[in-house]
Amino acid sequence: MAEVATRAIGAPVRRIEGRAKVTGAARYAVEHDPGEVAYGWIVQAQVARGKITDIDDAEARSQPGVLHVLWHGNAPRLEEVSDAELAVFQEPRVAYRGQIVAAVVADNPEAAREAARLVRVKVHEEPHDVGLRADHPHLYKPDKVNPSFPSDTDKGDVDAALARAEVTIDHTYSTPAYHNNAMEPHATLARWDGDRLTVYDSNQGAAAHRAPLAKAFGLEPEQVRVLAEHVGGGFGSKGTPRPQMIVAAMLARISGRAVKLPVTRQQMFAFTGYRTPTIQRMRLGATGDGRITAIEHRVFEQTSQIREFAEQAATPTRVMYATDNLRTSHRLVRLDVPTPSWMRAPGECPGMYALESAIDELALAVGIDPIELRIRNDADAEPDSGKPFSSRNLVACLREGADRFGWADRDPRQRQRDGRWFIGSGVAASTYPAYQRDAEATARVQPDGSFRVGIAAADIGTGARTALTQIAADTLGVPVERVRVDIGDSALPRAGVAGGSMGTSSWGAAVAKACEALLAEMERGGSEAHADTKAEIEAKKDLARHAFGAQFAEVRVDGETGEIRVSRLLGVFAAGRIVNPVTARSQFIGGMTMGMGMALFEESVMDRRYGDYLNHDLAQYHVPANADVADIEVAWIEEDDPELNRIGTKGIGEIGIVGTAAAIANAVHHATGLRFRALPIHLDGLVGAGT
Amino acid sequence: MKPFAYERADETARAVSTVAGSHGHATFLGGGTNLVDLMKLGVATPERLVDVTRLPHAEITETKYGGLLIGAAVRNSDLAVHPLVRERYPVLSEAILAGASGQIRNMATIGGNLLQRTRCPYFQDVSKACNKRAPGSGCPARHGEHRELAIIGHSEHCVATHPSDMAVALAALGAEVHVHGGQGLWSIPLTDLHRLPGEMPQRDTILAPEDLITHVELPPLPLARNSRYRKVRDRASFAFALVSLAAAVEVDGGNVADCRIAFGGIAHKPWRARKAEETLRGRPATPDAFGAAADAELADARPLRDNGFKLLLARNLFVRVLTDLVDG
Ligand SMILES: Cc1cc2nc3c(=O)[nH]c(=O)nc-3n(C[C@H](O)[C@H](O)[C@H](O)COP(=O)(O)OP(=O)(O)OC[C@H]3O[C@@H](n4cnc5c(N)ncnc54)[C@H](O)[C@@H]3O)c2cc1C
Ligand code: SF4
Repeated sequence: MAEVATRAIGAPVRRIEGRAKVTGAARYAVEHDPGEVAYGWIVQAQVARGKITDIDDAEARSQPGVLHVLWHGNAPRLEEVSDAELAVFQEPRVAYRGQIVAAVVADNPEAAREAARLVRVKVHEEPHDVGLRADHPHLYKPDKVNPSFPSDTDKGDVDAALARAEVTIDHTYSTPAYHNNAMEPHATLARWDGDRLTVYDSNQGAAAHRAPLAKAFGLEPEQVRVLAEHVGGGFGSKGTPRPQMIVAAMLARISGRAVKLPVTRQQMFAFTGYRTPTIQRMRLGATGDGRITAIEHRVFEQTSQIREFAEQAATPTRVMYATDNLRTSHRLVRLDVPTPSWMRAPGECPGMYALESAIDELALAVGIDPIELRIRNDADAEPDSGKPFSSRNLVACLREGADRFGWADRDPRQRQRDGRWFIGSGVAASTYPAYQRDAEATARVQPDGSFRVGIAAADIGTGARTALTQIAADTLGVPVERVRVDIGDSALPRAGVAGGSMGTSSWGAAVAKACEALLAEMERGGSEAHADTKAEIEAKKDLARHAFGAQFAEVRVDGETGEIRVSRLLGVFAAGRIVNPVTARSQFIGGMTMGMGMALFEESVMDRRYGDYLNHDLAQYHVPANADVADIEVAWIEEDDPELNRIGTKGIGEIGIVGTAAAIANAVHHATGLRFRALPIHLDGLVGAGT
Repeated sequence: MKPFAYERADETARAVSTVAGSHGHATFLGGGTNLVDLMKLGVATPERLVDVTRLPHAEITETKYGGLLIGAAVRNSDLAVHPLVRERYPVLSEAILAGASGQIRNMATIGGNLLQRTRCPYFQDVSKACNKRAPGSGCPARHGEHRELAIIGHSEHCVATHPSDMAVALAALGAEVHVHGGQGLWSIPLTDLHRLPGEMPQRDTILAPEDLITHVELPPLPLARNSRYRKVRDRASFAFALVSLAAAVEVDGGNVADCRIAFGGIAHKPWRARKAEETLRGRPATPDAFGAAADAELADARPLRDNGFKLLLARNLFVRVLTDLVDG
């Protein structure tokens, strides 16, 4: 592999489409203008479990402007798809409250919305069960956890080691359900031209959305085109198709018009995915001088009746600390709830909250500084698999962070005060796997000497388009202004979704390879080249590849009112090469801010009698506001790891959220002496802590 | 969303008679920041909106007694930054600025702010029961999600809170509300405008649908120059109050000469703390006395399963704000 010359890479190149976005010129899914258009609106189930006996759509259909009302009694049959959430209107069963049971298409959105309100859904309601418990009788072991890890691992003899341990920690931590809440709600614009289907959709991967859509409608992939040039965030919830895409295509087919179908914020809390609540039991055994001898991490989670999604929350524990005795497990229960799905750092995010809280508790139990304890237990090889790491700089991150944060001056005693405020600080580690998936790309020299690169990548607001342009420019040896990278179109060369923090690694490698091939082709008088990274990925060594980081938080807790303020946050990450420091910083601080939300604010609240999420809008589901983010700092340790991919990147999209919540919870404990093992930490339990 | 007609009123009497003659199908529209949301959700289903923001009550003027007459169509932002408000009634300015966001305050009117509806999640979701929205259907909040709801003055029919911050300050300041209604012009103290839920939680206030709020009048109140609003909420901004407190106090020789105090976030209406005020007048201005006064006020509180924390929070906030005011 040729060295990529560095010029644009590593430079703070500004977001290429930034101007188009802030001036409104960039079009998002349903902002496209397809000519004559109709509007869809979704009708949702109002019971958590049951069977639809009838749907009375007479009044809805009689509304002026209404074209059709679609439901299982009159909808076109779909081919079988692997994700049952996509099998809309195929059967009368209601699997969760809020599931799509009918849809209206009308001349204008107001008429569609009003008609949707008038559709009468008659349901034979059945008793439902929506409560996750660690002792639920229907817990089962999934065959694998997302995306394809074993559910359980067991190395050494955990029970014996725990029995022998001088110090043990045994606590249960829990996290509530969370909703991704991207700024742009899911939305689809679908149009049929004969038997060809075009959709403008808000998603994290045009190519990945084409196949299931084609399958559902019995089409060849070539008959379907998915476009997602600009996307207002996804955080995982747009990584796989959501049912509105199918509904939009059905409504377009039935009405003979292009159809716009936006999902409302409230609807997003039902059928567009969320993070499962978790209950996590952590058991640690250690010697008196803080050497970990056993770790057990048992996770309990929910999934829906119609699709299994098993969040891999215990997997980071297989990576983090050296120990001879290590056991992890995941148990799921199928409930009458919506299907959980990917949400920023699935697995690592909730899992590291539990592990890094337990490590803090261990540090206190053995009386060792929590940074020192982590350093003492750093692993030479991946603890579970025994594989060597391609690179691992957790310790460097902890040290660098300790320096920047002023950890040496920290008084380990709890409940230090500044007037009525308690002040405390906490630390936690971060980790995220460095994945790479194969992809294809084309590169072409234009008559004017500029270059055009194509790949079905996605920029969901991350800056991916800019990073890919930098990579192409450097490979071609030209300034970024001379290169245009086309993405977000399934007609472009195949590429995986923006997920798993692997966009830059996967797409960037294909782009670099295509550009390299183009240079060779130009030598021969050609003007276009194509590349596929499949072979080089298959040839990669069998190593453990992960990014690491350290997060530091300082909190202030009002001893009278219990109000918590995060006065400082610092994250230091070792995530391979940083292609663009500006967009990378945004990714890190965005992730850390979400981690703060997880620690203190976010929680999807369910009233079990009803079975849906009650606080389904942004006035009730609190994400951090600007005023909550006081001082947030990010730094990174550049790694030169030749075992990753052509670009040398590990991925930065998700690691920022990993560990933040534990750092904050640990800081709250340091500040107040109170340990909260269930998130979010609201002030309820802290009122009057100072009196 | 149910189709509706829209008209912009330019004459007060006409606006009132339009709504009066509509058999409950017409409603006044202020900035729309609450009403339009509720219409989208299907909670409010008016057939006609009468926009009252262009009526001639959009000014803030000084009364001849040295108080302020605030037009109901004045925007929240404009009231918050008015120099006389900042100087004479800082608690009001602080309360408004503690609410919502800049954009919402720019749209929101004084009349609309007073009449905004509860943020109880069940109320806002037509797929669920709620006595306030659908009388007789039940109150799922009482045994369900009620962490943010009332601890005092609630009934078995409803445990909602009134969400306004501004109204709490106005309650403390002894504001009068001027109404142009079907029965002519009248006025009432703001503390009598909102109701406790009792058996009729569907009625937030004593107003009839055609009663238009035209003005809010603030009496001259020198002690309000030393006043403050403190709001405790789940995040640092853009969230409704868990508990808030508006207070004004005057100290003479170490004793409380006079005070005005109201709580927000604990009841179906802004909670004027008259018992606490009475307890304090003439007593030493000390944290202990403040604590005893708060206890007197909150003696009747009946927290629900998940909002017991509000009781201690309300007490601590009371002591803190009064102590800060006295210390200057
Ligand atoms: C996300 C969000 C967060 C918010 N956070 C806060 C907060 O923290 N604190 C807070 O206090 N508020 C908050 N608010 C609420 C906000 O203050 C109210 O929506 C606003 O004050 C309502 O004023 P409006 O003029 O827009 O009223 P509208 O929505 O126009 O009307 C509200 C009601 O008042 C009636 N009405 C309007 N004017 C009159 C009149 N002159 N006479 C009689 N009836 C009238 C209408 O018929 C309607 O029933 C928030 C709102 C949102 C959307
Ligand atoms: S508390 Fe009041 S508003 Fe809330 S559900 Fe009960 S009746 Fe409705």
